[in-house]
Amino acid sequence: MSKKIVLVFKWLFLAIVLACIYLPIMLIIVYSFSSERNIGGQNGFGSFTFSLYSRLFSNSSLMEATRNTLIIGVVSALLATFIGTFTAVGLYYMRKGKKTVNFLSQITVVNAEIVTAVGFFLLSIFLRDIVKLPVEKGMAWLIIAHTVITTPYVILTVGPRLNQLNPNLYEAGLDLGAGPMHSLFTVIMPQLIGGMVSGFALAFTLSLDDFVVTNLNKGTNVNTISTFVYANLRRNLDPAIRALSTILFVVVLVVLIVFNIIKRNKEKSASGSK
Amino acid sequence: MKLKGIKKNNDFRPTFFAFPYLAICIIFVVFPLMLVLFYAFLGPSGVNGFFDANGKFSFELFFNSFTFDNFVTVFTSENLILLLKTIGIALLTTVICLLISYPTALILASKPFNKYLILALLFIIPMWMNFVLRVIALKSLLYMIGIEDGFTATMIGMVYDFLPFMLLPIYTVLMDMDKSYKEASTDLGANNMTTFFKVTLPLSLKGIVSGITMVFMPVFSAYAITGMLGDTNTNVFGGKIDGLFVTPSTWGKGSALSFVLLILVFATMLLGNLFSKRTAGAKAAAQGGAK
Repeated sequence: MSKKIVLVFKWLFLAIVLACIYLPIMLIIVYSFSSERNIGGQNGFGSFTFSLYSRLFSNSSLMEATRNTLIIGVVSALLATFIGTFTAVGLYYMRKGKKTVNFLSQITVVNAEIVTAVGFFLLSIFLRDIVKLPVEKGMAWLIIAHTVITTPYVILTVGPRLNQLNPNLYEAGLDLGAGPMHSLFTVIMPQLIGGMVSGFALAFTLSLDDFVVTNLNKGTNVNTISTFVYANLRRNLDPAIRALSTILFVVVLVVLIVFNIIKRNKEKSASGSK
Repeated sequence: MKLKGIKKNNDFRPTFFAFPYLAICIIFVVFPLMLVLFYAFLGPSGVNGFFDANGKFSFELFFNSFTFDNFVTVFTSENLILLLKTIGIALLTTVICLLISYPTALILASKPFNKYLILALLFIIPMWMNFVLRVIALKSLLYMIGIEDGFTATMIGMVYDFLPFMLLPIYTVLMDMDKSYKEASTDLGANNMTTFFKVTLPLSLKGIVSGITMVFMPVFSAYAITGMLGDTNTNVFGGKIDGLFVTPSTWGKGSALSFVLLILVFATMLLGNLFSKRTAGAKAAAQGGAK
């Protein structure tokens, strides 16, 4: 009997924490269909309408910020996945210097983000004024910065997969006449795809979420969703942001659910084949 | 011949695959940190102070450009108070996150709940959504229930944003924990309380430490949250640094403050390392004892 009461309390505790997490998001989703400009105004919810969604697509600066966010996220995550995977393979074979590279890759992970941001800021000034390179803060610079910041996470995701590989498969590749490099690309790399996909997803979301580095390195005319919302907070932020939040949340939810279903099916078929 | 690992049985070692990244790290990570240190000792005109009126480099001006002024101005009472305030906010955020996350992770990793992985996923889904949008959503909710911008709202925002980062490592450690230790403890006559304090908690310390490192330091840079939910009195150290990079004449001061923060990062990292080494030692001892 007391065990049942404890169980109920446990469920209750989880439910309360979950409610606190999702209440703000649910509020925004509900009010993304509202005709009211402000949440919690005198008129309450007002009437049901899709006007905020059409407003979102006609707000050019908000759409541009969204586009910039996606471009920076996709390009930097692709670069980070590419560099990170190769680095992980190189590190796997490395004896000397492995610790040094690992230490270097951890610097941006443990460092305060604002210090990293200041570092990129000063580097752009240095490259422009002293080295006289055509470096300007903006999209390209942000893509470089995001790539550098997210690559360590790809290495951390792909690295452990290398250790789990079956060495005999690579050997089989060699025995069947493939050169070491050929065997590496046709036998080992394909087995890393799962890790690369996870690494890409992680890098992409980290880029999407970034505010501190972006804010100091975006230049004057470029904005991402984060910096746009932050900059316009005091100047009457367009309520269409609620529609944007809703769309983003739904996309994240769908992607995560699909991702997990695929993963589970894979695990099932893997355990079935045993 | 028994094969163990790919590398053992051939001379092919594409270590050079890691070299481009090594170069990237040196150019984009290590060198910028040196630039931060360099700028921290430069006067208000920065590197432009090296050149005379004709734009020619002058060694005299170069040596005269270096100064300790930035560090002198860093240690004003205003900045020290802000630093202490930030440490306070970071500590409070860490403690509250821990107090909510630990029981949550404990429940999620315990019996009937550990079957439903989707349940744990629900707790970290918001982590994938843009955090500025999430905090804006929270701001609307707080406004609706009558909590105005200020310290309380800021603290709620901090906990709301950082909770998944504390929950995830603790949950992972608890899920990976060998359940036989707990069984052994109860078999040997320990009650639930004793088992928790003598077995579960010590074995989960590693998760707690990595959770703390994922919350404590990042709060220093979380000026977006204080900016959205705080009043004029609430700010964090990172916000002050960001503000100093608006006009070039204060870059030196901003760099000096960044340098102070960098030292703090190293100090907390060493502390964390020391701690996890000790817990790793305790774990090894526990495992040795269990054998």
